[in-house]
Amino acid sequence: MPRVLARSLRRLTARLAGAVFVLWMVATVTFFAVRLIPGDPAQAVLGGPGSQASPEALAAVTAEYGFDQPVIVQYLAQLGRLATGDLGTSYALNMDVAPLVLSQLGGTLLLAVLALTLAWLIALGLATWSTRGGTVASRVGSSLEIVAAALPHFWLATSLIVVFSIWLGVFPPISTGGVAGLVLPVLTLAIPLAGFLGQVMRESLLSALESPFVLSARARGESERGVRWIHALRHASLPAISLSGWAFGSLISGAVVVETIFARPGLGRTLLNAVTLRDVPVVIGVVMIVAVAYILMTLLTDAASRLVDPRLRLA
Amino acid sequence: MQAELATRSRQFTRARRPGAAEAVAGVLALFFLVSAIAPQVLAPGDPLAIHPLSAFTPPNFAHGFGTDESGRDIYTRVVHGTQYSLLIGAAATAIGLSLGILLGTLAGMFGRVVDFTVNRFLEVLFAFPGLLLALLFIVIFGPGVATATIAVGLSTAPGYARIIRAQLRSVRSAAFVEAATVLGRTRWQILLRHILPNTLAPLFVLATLGIGQAIVWAATLSYLGLGAEPPTAEWGAMLSAGRTYITSAWWMSFFPGLFIVLTAVTATVLGRSIDRRMRHA
Amino acid sequence: MSEQAALTVENLQVDFSAPVVRGVSFTIAPGECLALVGESGSGKSVTARSLLGLAGEKAHVSADRLELDGQSVLGLTERAWRVRRGRDVGLVLQDALVSLDPLRPIGREIADSLRLHSTLGAAARARRVLELLDEVGLPEPASQVRKLSGQLSGGERQRALIAAAIALDPPLLIADEPTTALDVTVQAQILALLQRITLAGTAVLLISHDLAVVSRVANRVAVMHDGRIVETGRTAQVLGAPRHEQTRRMVAAVPADKPRGSRLSVTARPTATTTATATATATSTDALPSPTRPTPAALPPSPAAPRGSDGTVVLEAVGLSKNFRRPDGSRQLAVDDVSFSLHRGTTLGIVGESGSGKTTTARLLLALVAPERGEVRVFGEPWSTASESSRRGSRASVGAVYQDALGSFDPRWSVAEVLTDSLGARRERRSSQTLKRISALLDEVGLAAAVLTRRPLELSGGQRQRVGIARALAARPAILICDEPVSSLDVSVQAQILDLLDDVQRERGLSLVFISHDLGVVQHVSDQIAVMRAGRIVESGPAGRVFAAPQHPYSVQLLAAVPRLSA
Repeated sequence: MPRVLARSLRRLTARLAGAVFVLWMVATVTFFAVRLIPGDPAQAVLGGPGSQASPEALAAVTAEYGFDQPVIVQYLAQLGRLATGDLGTSYALNMDVAPLVLSQLGGTLLLAVLALTLAWLIALGLATWSTRGGTVASRVGSSLEIVAAALPHFWLATSLIVVFSIWLGVFPPISTGGVAGLVLPVLTLAIPLAGFLGQVMRESLLSALESPFVLSARARGESERGVRWIHALRHASLPAISLSGWAFGSLISGAVVVETIFARPGLGRTLLNAVTLRDVPVVIGVVMIVAVAYILMTLLTDAASRLVDPRLRLA
Repeated sequence: MQAELATRSRQFTRARRPGAAEAVAGVLALFFLVSAIAPQVLAPGDPLAIHPLSAFTPPNFAHGFGTDESGRDIYTRVVHGTQYSLLIGAAATAIGLSLGILLGTLAGMFGRVVDFTVNRFLEVLFAFPGLLLALLFIVIFGPGVATATIAVGLSTAPGYARIIRAQLRSVRSAAFVEAATVLGRTRWQILLRHILPNTLAPLFVLATLGIGQAIVWAATLSYLGLGAEPPTAEWGAMLSAGRTYITSAWWMSFFPGLFIVLTAVTATVLGRSIDRRMRHA
Repeated sequence: MSEQAALTVENLQVDFSAPVVRGVSFTIAPGECLALVGESGSGKSVTARSLLGLAGEKAHVSADRLELDGQSVLGLTERAWRVRRGRDVGLVLQDALVSLDPLRPIGREIADSLRLHSTLGAAARARRVLELLDEVGLPEPASQVRKLSGQLSGGERQRALIAAAIALDPPLLIADEPTTALDVTVQAQILALLQRITLAGTAVLLISHDLAVVSRVANRVAVMHDGRIVETGRTAQVLGAPRHEQTRRMVAAVPADKPRGSRLSVTARPTATTTATATATATSTDALPSPTRPTPAALPPSPAAPRGSDGTVVLEAVGLSKNFRRPDGSRQLAVDDVSFSLHRGTTLGIVGESGSGKTTTARLLLALVAPERGEVRVFGEPWSTASESSRRGSRASVGAVYQDALGSFDPRWSVAEVLTDSLGARRERRSSQTLKRISALLDEVGLAAAVLTRRPLELSGGQRQRVGIARALAARPAILICDEPVSSLDVSVQAQILDLLDDVQRERGLSLVFISHDLGVVQHVSDQIAVMRAGRIVESGPAGRVFAAPQHPYSVQLLAAVPRLSA
């Protein structure tokens, strides 16, 4: 076993090195992106020409970011700050970015994780049902998936509010702290994602059900439920698992809309506010945090794939 | 988008006859095209004409989709808004595809070093998921229709690049390319006769599928106030304007959104249909 | 027969939208092996699946009698079927790589049958799985149970699949093409295993498209054609004195021990006039039957046609070696110091099992990869050492026919485009001259003009390979490299393609390198033979000598495993 252990350790190190590299590049891209903003970078950090920043503020920003120094020095200094977890200061909100972003992270993560789980459940249910109930179910299932995948978050959120808050009055239109306030935001994020995942799952479920190993299992006397649970669903989940990293990213980007509409505190709303105010340090802070979360999520889905597919562990 | 493309490979390889879904999608596509090219044919009114007296009329016989806060007819506005949305969607897809073709070709055609570099670069872009890349772009260059369009194109580019790279690699190592070498064809002949046509043909499908997604994203940016702005009859902007009156006038948000969904669904169904036909033709 | 039959089938009919099985009747006694033989599409697999109640939801199955182990299974509910499947009847499919769940250890797959039908506890099941693996001859069962099917060799995993099917010792075992994807030596071992199972008292229904494969193990043979059993009887009797035309065709198609140059197929190439008139009917058949040609059974065994070789060496391999890199980074010799020469107008057969380096050899000969050591010379000129641009001019003289004919065509091109392109003409504008040459090519390979508008995807396997040969011939090559040209085809179609290659060789004076894993095929087509193993040529020489008196132990082993009609 020690050889196996050594191998997984080597793999893990390689993956982490890759993750660090991607983060470094993300930092580099954002650094130079800010330098692309036309005009005085200090002015940009303070919210652009319209913000009418005072000369003192400009001087303070210039000193903090070292805008008067060569680009390479600025770049290294920025990397150094990032390495110590310093994401800079938001002048629009007059506070440090790192604690601000971290305080918003929890709400968004909760939303994303709940939506991902719900999307998986819906997709699984839809795929199982539509591959079982004959032609009509299959048509209905595939149409539902296509329409669901095409629903824009903002319209779905608005429609859900109209129906469930205004007409039926079941769930609050504004996300107060409670569980009831989570229902509509989670649904908004989960339904389109379920459409995507469902399409992938149904396709792979169909191909698994037609495969020779399923015929072998049936010939052994395996029940329909056994065929699905022991064999087919496992195969069907593989592509959906590897899509979940991407799905998580799209959920965070969806959170921008959903948090804004439901007035929920979170990374998305913080990001949108920052974009509107051109609060550059906050935008970069959020982007960095999301990149970290996204990379962790990819590592996680990778591990999940290896758990479900033992062939990956051999390679 | 990626989910879409992952499904594409095996999707619908069974049936061959055009189904009801395709027929409906075809009719809708025609409707949207006419709306975009000659909106007056379908909605003769002026999308910006204000009738304060008939503000907030719910859907009725005269105003099928109701009216907005200034009494403008929503049906007329939605039909006239098609050209904005389609144009933005098409432009964004064109930008995304061009960038994707550039990066994907670099990675797929040249040596290992280039491939490795481009791949790492794509990985970095993927770490700005969904609209994040677009938002970063907007914060740099400021909001507006043009920036929003470029921003959407930019965010879709990494996905296209990855698909084009994979397609190129599989075509390049295909048995028929070797067979052409054995027949004594030059590299250029093989590139022009086999590799390019087989790589580019699926792009047509990608573009069709992609336009739907691009329209949704562009509308999202408008909705967030970062793209087209009211009173332009752009669908996202109309929804944004309707947000204020959501408790009293649901139709202001519902119908523009419905059109977004219908365009996206039409694009998906048609894209798959073309894909299936190309595979079997 | 006082003993009760393990399986009785009377007037079995299976309809999908059209009838597929039309009134099939047979019985199998315990300890008997019945081979159900037919070409693809003859309805044999559907018959097998109906015996398990697995013909599919869209199938309408009816029969006068359908009895498993004395009990009628007509009109059973799905639940009742499930109790019988695995217990009363076991199924073994082709290629265990996909017939065992690739995500689960083989031990689990085998234990599933026990879990479903017995009250054994987990520990008892584990013990029984080890016993079963031992029974099917899998070495070191204890270390294999945790492996995935992908970690085992083809023969090992096929044994595991058989173990899963016989776990409950069912009175009937159905084996559907159980050896099709395997190397000949492994095939022989699996057939021996099936024979052992038969001798132990199990009734075995063996399904195959290859008469030679089943002839060693089957007690009786039933030949299926177009949904009906057209002939049935003791194996020796059916093979020795076939009565039905279809049986005769299938017997004739077995290449082993048939002299070089004798015909294997009943059908022959049409003449130009029949092509023109028979366009409409040619769509469903690979080649058009010609009334003028006698069947091979009636044909006197003609001596091998004299090959017009003047002894000129047209192609020469000198000390070829080629490495390939394994996934873990280490290098392995795929081809190791291989030398041979091909004389004008003759065929060199290269035979070897999977991993022997024969395909790499083909790629070296076609200069698709460059050797690390050694060289290939064509007509005495440098070939592998030349640059591609200087080689290009001579590429026309070396043609190729591939195993995967479908993959070797651009999927976007029609047959007409493929052939026009191979003639070096512009695809967009075909002159009447080009059209004439295309039609001559089609005649030569026995295809009707109707295929011109089709794409390769829409053709049958045999038609595709004919197009592939036409394409190779278009440039008027002197040498043809054929890499497993018939190994994905049914035996009867294989016979037609082999005959076709023989015809074009004779008419055009071609020199052939014929690469195959199938010694029977190689024996039939070759003048010279090279036996490859692990990258090296272990034995080579005139075909007659190698087959009559093989010297290397591996050749002996390979030869013993060749499926032949041992009537």
